[in-house]
Amino acid sequence: MIARPEAPFDRWRRSGGWLGVVVLVGMIAVALVGPLALPDPASQPDIVAGAQPPSLAHPFGTDVLSRDVLSRVVSGARISLAIAALAVTLSLVLGATFGLVAGYWGGWVDTVLMRLVDGALAIPRLFLLLLLVTVWDRLTIVPFVLVIGATGWFGTSRLVRAEVLRIKSEPFVQAAQALGAKPARIVRRHLLPNTAGPLLVAATLGVGNVILLEAGLSFLGVGGVRPPTPSWGRMIFEGKSVLATAPWTSIFPGVAIVVTVLAVNLIGEALRDHLDPKNA
Amino acid sequence: MTTLLDVRRLTVNFFSEAGTVTPVDDVSFQLAKGETLALVGESGCGKSLTALSILQLLPRAASIGPGSTIELDGQDLVPLDEAALRAVRGARIAMIFQDPMTSLDPVYTAGSQITEAIRAHRNVGKRQARERALELLEEVGIPDPLSRFDQYPHELSGGMRQRVMIAIALSCEPQVLIADEPTTALDVTVQAQILEILDRLRRSHDMAVLLITHDLGIVAGRADRVAVMYAGRIVETAPTDRLFQHPAHPYTQALLASVPRLTGPLQRLTPIQGTVPNPDAWPAGCRFHPRCPYAFDRCQQQPPVRAVADGHETACWLESPQ
Amino acid sequence: MARWLLGRTAQAGGTFVVAVVLMFFIMRLSPGDPLARIAGDRHLSDVEYQQLQERFGLDQPLTTQFRAFVSGLARGDLGTSISLTPFSVTSLIKARIPASLLLGGTVLLINFTVGILLGVWQAVHRGERLDRWLSVVSLTAYAIPSFWLGLVLAWLFGVHWHVLPVAGMHTLTLAPDTPWLARAADVLRHLVLPATTLSIVTIAATIRYQRTAMIEALGQDYVRSARAKGLSVRQVVWRHAWRNALFPVLTLFGLWLPLFVTGSVFVEAVFGWPGLGGLTYEAISGRDYPLIMGTAILVSASVVVGTWFSDVVHMLLDPRVRLQ
Repeated sequence: MIARPEAPFDRWRRSGGWLGVVVLVGMIAVALVGPLALPDPASQPDIVAGAQPPSLAHPFGTDVLSRDVLSRVVSGARISLAIAALAVTLSLVLGATFGLVAGYWGGWVDTVLMRLVDGALAIPRLFLLLLLVTVWDRLTIVPFVLVIGATGWFGTSRLVRAEVLRIKSEPFVQAAQALGAKPARIVRRHLLPNTAGPLLVAATLGVGNVILLEAGLSFLGVGGVRPPTPSWGRMIFEGKSVLATAPWTSIFPGVAIVVTVLAVNLIGEALRDHLDPKNA
Repeated sequence: MTTLLDVRRLTVNFFSEAGTVTPVDDVSFQLAKGETLALVGESGCGKSLTALSILQLLPRAASIGPGSTIELDGQDLVPLDEAALRAVRGARIAMIFQDPMTSLDPVYTAGSQITEAIRAHRNVGKRQARERALELLEEVGIPDPLSRFDQYPHELSGGMRQRVMIAIALSCEPQVLIADEPTTALDVTVQAQILEILDRLRRSHDMAVLLITHDLGIVAGRADRVAVMYAGRIVETAPTDRLFQHPAHPYTQALLASVPRLTGPLQRLTPIQGTVPNPDAWPAGCRFHPRCPYAFDRCQQQPPVRAVADGHETACWLESPQ
Repeated sequence: MARWLLGRTAQAGGTFVVAVVLMFFIMRLSPGDPLARIAGDRHLSDVEYQQLQERFGLDQPLTTQFRAFVSGLARGDLGTSISLTPFSVTSLIKARIPASLLLGGTVLLINFTVGILLGVWQAVHRGERLDRWLSVVSLTAYAIPSFWLGLVLAWLFGVHWHVLPVAGMHTLTLAPDTPWLARAADVLRHLVLPATTLSIVTIAATIRYQRTAMIEALGQDYVRSARAKGLSVRQVVWRHAWRNALFPVLTLFGLWLPLFVTGSVFVEAVFGWPGLGGLTYEAISGRDYPLIMGTAILVSASVVVGTWFSDVVHMLLDPRVRLQ
């Protein structure tokens, strides 16, 4: 309530966004290049040697099967980031499509779709996923990604639908239609520019969400990332049984999750300030 | 005429992305007991910030510059801390704002917002405060105060809301009332009513009123004196009649000339050339000179304030009002 | 107002129905045999497998199963647990509710006291150094997986410093004649870590919502009017700004209510807390689909009730909405 310069605060927020970009880019670089430089995480498991604390040879230590934790974490980065990117893209496409259809067609199509969305939104995403994957025999990565993506479009569809409805009633759209403009053109020229910003923000923040979800499902043992492929969530789970003696096996993968999600969220927040100030 | 409020060399600094600007630059005026002083200017001239700085209600990014003095009855308000200012706000100086819809809290009843003001400064019980609030509602001309008391702001019309604001302002018998564009957000028919009420109450409560407005029309016949503000500075101060009949500053003259007349022969409107400058790009010297038809080279320097006649001052290099 | 209430309640009911139908079909349509795990574990013969199928109605066509499911639901019967036969899902859920309420209630309490206070404080002191640091901390907390945090805290306080228990709700070795006060204290000690973990990951959202809402409220004209009246800082901040900033936080309450009911699957799994979240975890481990369905239905119901509740309270508190 006292006078204070506003400018430095906003600069600080923006630098948060840039920090996020730097960290994320760094992570992606490490994820792509790292496995080439580090020992193969699926290398011969050695039960006898067991878990070793962090050392020069193994900066993150080794896990119960004597695998280098650092390289597993780095490999896990690839998996987690890839899953997140693909799942979010799928959610985006589905959400935009259904939102468009509901908003444009209106009538009973809209009502039915929105009732379904409302019902689906009443189920926490984790439980929705649990219902799908718990009984799934031998779930592999591709169906896993599809399932995650298929459960994340409901909010987006509402967003897109709202925008479609708003635009539909604008006089310039009716004018365009009178001139014979095709719906696709209207979508491209008017809908996309308006929704692109909020959608990008939602997508970015969604990536962080998916990373956490995937880790959680892997931790619970129902993820689609099967051993020996490293998954951060799975690694934390495996480290649980040796928590007392080898805590580093659980700690480092978790740190990786926190850093990645934090970076993504920083970017998302910065984007929101720029592209979607109303909801910031 | 005893001076009640004495504002001297007031500056307000505003921090923004672009840097620090000074939307109120070396402003001085006096408000005497029982009089109405109108502070007139276009949007962006700094008049609202000037008003807000008196009670130190400036937005977060703004602050009062060094060297500013705002004296109420001889006491400088600028160095006061929050606690001391609270004793002034509402009790000695009250303020009403432009938009009564957003200036009233939507989740509390009209009556409770008045009693709250009363009990902030007076040690009275709930029942007493309520009675006083009902009296005030009557005084500001609200019919059926009993039912209005329990109504919420969104249930009242614009004019009634503004009356409620006035009632709140009056509740602790302040010496000064600052009215920041009190009628701008209201219908024309209601504007006159509100101004009437302000006038009447000023006399009955023996208050001094600082009326901030961009509308010269409401100044005539209502204000005793007028201070004209342009680009953060006061360019002319005079008794109202004198200002209208013998404006000394070219800006004032231009303002008067641009107001359409309802009586007399039909005249062409003469707008002022150019646009109002932004605070981050004040012209050097006299700020009006780029738009002034009489500008000459001396105008590159800020003119001193000089007296034209008794109680009539202006900041212009021109020797005579023509 | 009554009409709105009726409409809103009907809407809630409808949403719940859609959710339940969705859940049923999603689960049935997912590839995999619900009996596979138990058949494998117990090495059932073909005949026994067939009997099991009949028992759970899995040999019936989908529509018959659906009808049975719905009629069971109407009676409050959520079926029988597969992994924990012969216990009914309903009885299992009932048994776990007290622990869930304890954990969830504690976390909600912390959220809505500490969370609100911090959010308001941040808004009033916006831009100051402490505000910025709190924002950084909040943002980081958003990024922390609850199960990992649980493990870290468990390791730190349970193993490394050995000051707090990390499993279950009671110390199993307590003598049967221990006075109730000591029992209660024991439960509370067990509550500390799971409640702290869950609070940390949820409070970040509460603080952010409250902060944002407060900043907006503080910038409103009526706050300026309140200051102009000479009201104290406390009156301005709480009576005027916060009263208006309450609404977004109410929405959050509706969001958190499911948490109150189920705790968190992850946190209860890590700490072995005997609540509904833990039950879900056991159901997952046991591939027990009726049990998962049961908890999913319960949590969806709490989501629907939660949003209904926050809408109703919003309506009651906002005179602009109430007096239509």
